[in-house]
Amino acid sequence: MAGMLKMRSKIENVEKEYFRRNRLAEENRCAENRAATQIQSWFRACKVRAYLRHLHKKATIIQKIWRGFVARARLRQMVKAAYFIMKMNFYEEMAVRIQRSWRGFYVRKYVHNYYVRKRYLEGLAIKNEQVRKSLDEIEDFQKRERAWLKMTREQAVKTHQARQLHYLLSTKTCPGVFNSPYRPAPHEMELLLRRTKPQPPTRLSPRHRPCPPGQASSPPGASGAHWIKGMEPCCSPSHRLPPISSKKPQGPFREPEEVWRQRLRAPEFSLRLQTPYTLLEEARQEPWRQVDAWSLPDTPFLPFAKAHQRSRKYERLLHSSASTHPLSYGTKHFREEDTHRLKEQQPFQTVFNTCHVFEKFGRLYSKAGNIV
Amino acid sequence: MTQRQVLQVFEQYQKSRLHFVQTVADLATRPQNIDTLQNAGVMTLLRPLLLDAVPTIQQTAALALGRLANHSDDLAEAVVQGDILPQLVHSLASQNRFYKKAAAFVLRAVAKHSPGLALAVVDCGGVDALVLSLEEFDPGVKEAAAWALGYIARHNEQLSQCVVEAGAIPLLVLCLQEPEMALKRISASAISDISKHTTDLAHSVVDSGAIAHLAQMILNPDAKLKRHVLSALSQISKHSVGLAELVVEAEVFPAALACLRDSDDYVRKNVTTLIREVVKHTPELAQFIVNCGGMAAVVDYLGDSSGNVRLPGIMMLGYVAAHTENLAMAVIVAKGVPQLALCLSEEREDHMKAAVAWAIGQIGRHTPEHARAVATANLLPALLQLYLDANSSEDLQVKCKKALKSVLQKCTHLPALEPLLYEAPSNILKHVVCQFSKVLPHDSKARRLFVTSGGLKKMQEMEAEPGSALQEYIIVINNCYPEEIVRYYSPGYSEVLLERAEKFLPE
Repeated sequence: MAGMLKMRSKIENVEKEYFRRNRLAEENRCAENRAATQIQSWFRACKVRAYLRHLHKKATIIQKIWRGFVARARLRQMVKAAYFIMKMNFYEEMAVRIQRSWRGFYVRKYVHNYYVRKRYLEGLAIKNEQVRKSLDEIEDFQKRERAWLKMTREQAVKTHQARQLHYLLSTKTCPGVFNSPYRPAPHEMELLLRRTKPQPPTRLSPRHRPCPPGQASSPPGASGAHWIKGMEPCCSPSHRLPPISSKKPQGPFREPEEVWRQRLRAPEFSLRLQTPYTLLEEARQEPWRQVDAWSLPDTPFLPFAKAHQRSRKYERLLHSSASTHPLSYGTKHFREEDTHRLKEQQPFQTVFNTCHVFEKFGRLYSKAGNIV
Repeated sequence: MTQRQVLQVFEQYQKSRLHFVQTVADLATRPQNIDTLQNAGVMTLLRPLLLDAVPTIQQTAALALGRLANHSDDLAEAVVQGDILPQLVHSLASQNRFYKKAAAFVLRAVAKHSPGLALAVVDCGGVDALVLSLEEFDPGVKEAAAWALGYIARHNEQLSQCVVEAGAIPLLVLCLQEPEMALKRISASAISDISKHTTDLAHSVVDSGAIAHLAQMILNPDAKLKRHVLSALSQISKHSVGLAELVVEAEVFPAALACLRDSDDYVRKNVTTLIREVVKHTPELAQFIVNCGGMAAVVDYLGDSSGNVRLPGIMMLGYVAAHTENLAMAVIVAKGVPQLALCLSEEREDHMKAAVAWAIGQIGRHTPEHARAVATANLLPALLQLYLDANSSEDLQVKCKKALKSVLQKCTHLPALEPLLYEAPSNILKHVVCQFSKVLPHDSKARRLFVTSGGLKKMQEMEAEPGSALQEYIIVINNCYPEEIVRYYSPGYSEVLLERAEKFLPE
């Protein structure tokens, strides 16, 4: 019982304790609540952050994969393009090589060959020298010919003079004018007089005198006179006719009147002359002439003799007019100008594919196209 | 009064008429008598004498008239006014050959002065009558008629068309084949006069086969005939390519070159004219002449002759060089450029100099090689001097400027260009500096030379407007040198240096 009592006594304490504790609990509830909320919020925040972190990680993974994919695709494009450019460069370079050698070949063969031109100019210089030399020769020849002609003419004059002065020749007993005894040697003329013969009396006028000997012959070296083949002077001095003998003509003659009539007869007209070109006008003017022969003409002259034919154009002969003319300067060309003529033709068919070297690109060829 | 006494009066009258006419004809040969004769009314007195019963008097009257008309324009006019021509033309058909000769002489003397007087001769049917007398047997008559026809045709196209329509050409070509030298000469000259006007007239001459006959006579020893023949050929070939080709086809060419060394000046001149007329048409014809050595011959001709007769030769060089660069090179190979330089220095007249300048421009405008040939002959300063000379004519200045411009644009021979830097005015200087700006970036030796010869210094002293072409070229040249050098040579650099020396503070 004692226990009971003890316990009874303690009940009060317990009650007190109970209330105290309740009060305490009530007092702390608010703070504890807040604390719990804080703890919970922290925890939840942790949880959410962890979740978000998880999500971010996953997103990064997705993005990484996607970006990698896209970038790889782009890279592939770029590489393709770069490869294409490289290939085109290579092709172009090769094309230039081909065109270069072809153009060089073509131009040298068909358009302009430097060596041929050089040879031509050298040949031209040689030709020029030749022409100069031959022209000098011609000039020299002509000069000699002229001098020779002059000399022969002077000679002829001198001989003629000597012939006419032949009576001044000195004789054995009497020295002539040109053979003065005071001179050591006779005059030059005297020697000439001795050599020539006196002129025989002749009736021929000086124009008909036969030319002195030596004048008819050609100058020395005249065989080379026609320096250019086929171009000889067309009028060579024709041979003179033999002189008409001055024997007195004999025989029965016609009556002098008849001879005179024949001599005074008007010449036979040619066909054109038989009808005078003024026939019409003359016939028309005949009555007027009777009236007033020398008055001023009433009708003015037409500006031209054949005024009605003025508009007619002159027609050229076929053989002397050229229908084709060379191209004017600066319009020569080496490419085909009339491309429409080529339009109808079939284009070239490609039988073979182009080379397959570049399929393994970047490995066998460097950028310049040289084999690595 | 016996019959004899009566007849004696007539005889005396006839004698005195004859005496009168002969005296007048004699007096008319002297120019100082003409005025007196005219004042004394000689025309009115001579006219009835043309119709005299005695042929000698007629002829002598015609001769006197011809001499009077030959003397002056006015007297020829008076002959036309006096209605003498119809009489003459009328009697030209019917009279004897002496009278014909005298009448043709009168017609020639009248027609010679002016186109109007020649037209008067045509109007009274003179051409037809003259053509008829070309058919005469006597060479003297033919000669007189051909001469008169040539004088009529000389004036203008219509008159020579009249002569052609009257059918003169075939007869003239026949006259060419006569043996008489004088007749040949005159008919060649008439053919030349006819064909000089138009292509059609020249064609009608060619169609009657004149070229072959003319070409045969090129090497004839007679100088005057050669003159006329060559002039006829050149007048024919000047019109068109086809005609020039026909002349060349007549194998005129290697032979005609021999005439370039003839003793007669005019023969040489006419040959050169012929060559010029042939060459100017196409490059092919020019090439032909060059290939047969014509270029060297013409260059030699330029050396031999002097004065106006050089002109066709100079123009021929220009025409050949103008066609292609190859032909221009042929001119250079034939030593044409030094010869032209000689001509430029020797000739005094402006038109000759202008022709030389033109020819030089044609030679030098093709490639740098050509321009170099021109420049080494020291022609550029000469041209510049002519261009700047106030005394030279406008045409010469224009030609010089064009030549300078075309040569300078191709010239890369810098030593020849340097003197021009100091003398040239700005419009020429532009081209000079342009050539320097093209060459200097690529040639280190030239750059060095350009500095040492003082060209760079001169260049810095030039005043170029900003934005002009000259400025650009100067900048291009300056860019070829380090900056110090450019600054060193620019004007006023010494002052700048001194200023810097003043400001410099030693530590």
